[in-house]
Amino acid sequence: MNLTLKIWRQKGPRDKGKMVEYKVSDISEHMSFLEMMDVLNEQLVNSGEEPVAFDHDCREGICGMCSMYINGEAHGPDRGVATCQLHMRMFNDGDTITIEPFRAKAFPVIKDLVVDRTSFERIQQAGGYISVNTSGNTQDANALPISKHAADEAMDAAACIGCGACVASCKNSSAMLFVGAKVSQYALLPQGQVEAADRVKNMVTQMDLEGFGNCTNTGACEVECPKGISLENIARMNRELVKASLVKF
Amino acid sequence: MSGFFNSSIGRKYAMALSAFFLMFFLLQHFAINILSVFSPDTFNEVSHFMGTNPLIQYAMQPILIFAVIYHFVMGFVLEIKNKSSRDVKYAKNHGAANSTWMSRNMIYSGLVILAFIALHFIDFWFPEINTKFIQGDWSGTLEGVEGYRYFEELQHKFVEPWRVGAYIIAFVLLALHLLHGFTSAFQSIGSTAGRKQTMKNMGKAYSILIPLGFVIIALFHHFNH
Repeated sequence: MNLTLKIWRQKGPRDKGKMVEYKVSDISEHMSFLEMMDVLNEQLVNSGEEPVAFDHDCREGICGMCSMYINGEAHGPDRGVATCQLHMRMFNDGDTITIEPFRAKAFPVIKDLVVDRTSFERIQQAGGYISVNTSGNTQDANALPISKHAADEAMDAAACIGCGACVASCKNSSAMLFVGAKVSQYALLPQGQVEAADRVKNMVTQMDLEGFGNCTNTGACEVECPKGISLENIARMNRELVKASLVKF
Repeated sequence: MSGFFNSSIGRKYAMALSAFFLMFFLLQHFAINILSVFSPDTFNEVSHFMGTNPLIQYAMQPILIFAVIYHFVMGFVLEIKNKSSRDVKYAKNHGAANSTWMSRNMIYSGLVILAFIALHFIDFWFPEINTKFIQGDWSGTLEGVEGYRYFEELQHKFVEPWRVGAYIIAFVLLALHLLHGFTSAFQSIGSTAGRKQTMKNMGKAYSILIPLGFVIIALFHHFNH
């Protein structure tokens, strides 16, 4: 198929940036979106132009590195997939595809479609861990009684790959689905209880400091999330924060 | 707890609590107003009770005013904060693919409701405050009107078609506001009840039937004055 691509080009963090139009031809419908971008970049390199910078790593939907806002949606029009798993069969011959970086003040553009998502790392560092001593006689995890329901929900929350599609899709650039998932994966398990109050307070404080917006429950994040993280995690985070605020003033 | 209410989640929580109070208020306001369609005398009696009862006037009324002001002011504060969280807008954004129009436009439906409340206050609340608290007339009567004045005042306001039109537009926007707000409030306080089908249906019924009821009341008095 032949396509017209409108791509955001920005030389660096301080460059103003603009949309630039490119044409690509003979794109196979079996290609992934990133492979189509590779074809474009090969074309650009061969013609002496600067290739389009974009994030990617595993290319199998588990690393959370790829991003891109494609035709007005994070990770494009397909559901439950990251951009690397988006196939060109989702598009038609002759289509014009608009490709932009994830937009949020807390995700500044580094170059072209590459954004800095280290704000997520700082939120994780604020409490998204369990500080148990694992040296020596670590207890067998299976020795702890955990209900199947809690284990399943914790696993579902832990499926978050931290790609930032939730922030990109939210009209408020809110990170609450991400933080909700990270809070939930520990809040649901006994190992997470000891530090539960500090964890949610510190992570929410860091989230607010990073400049993310407030959730208004539009549900856009849940729809666009490549890992199907549920809004219930945001509700759980809200409950956890109320509990933590009552326990520790 | 002061730190909690200054956090993004705490503000959401407070918005939801004020929303619950306002939704409860709207329900009781409707329950009283619908009486005007069936029995002007009952409407007058209940209105006089609400207008003169010290608990309503000196406890519930200030809480209501606070809830209204808080909900609007915090709504604007959060909207400004949220808008500033994205400094460069998308060239192409397909919001309809993942969320409802109502959820994305709460600020606009809210602004229409705010304009309506201003009109409603000018029509009813300010004259009521003036009569009772400034002129000191708590009798609930009006010269030349038999019995209490409330029904007469209500009917009189719906004579002009523009006002009825303005009320209908405001109630349509109120319905849209509630269609998102009802279930959203549950989510904000950390309850998953808003995601259950029964509660979703209840939310839809409340959001459509209450504003529709107010529209019917306005039209009824317009055509029966």
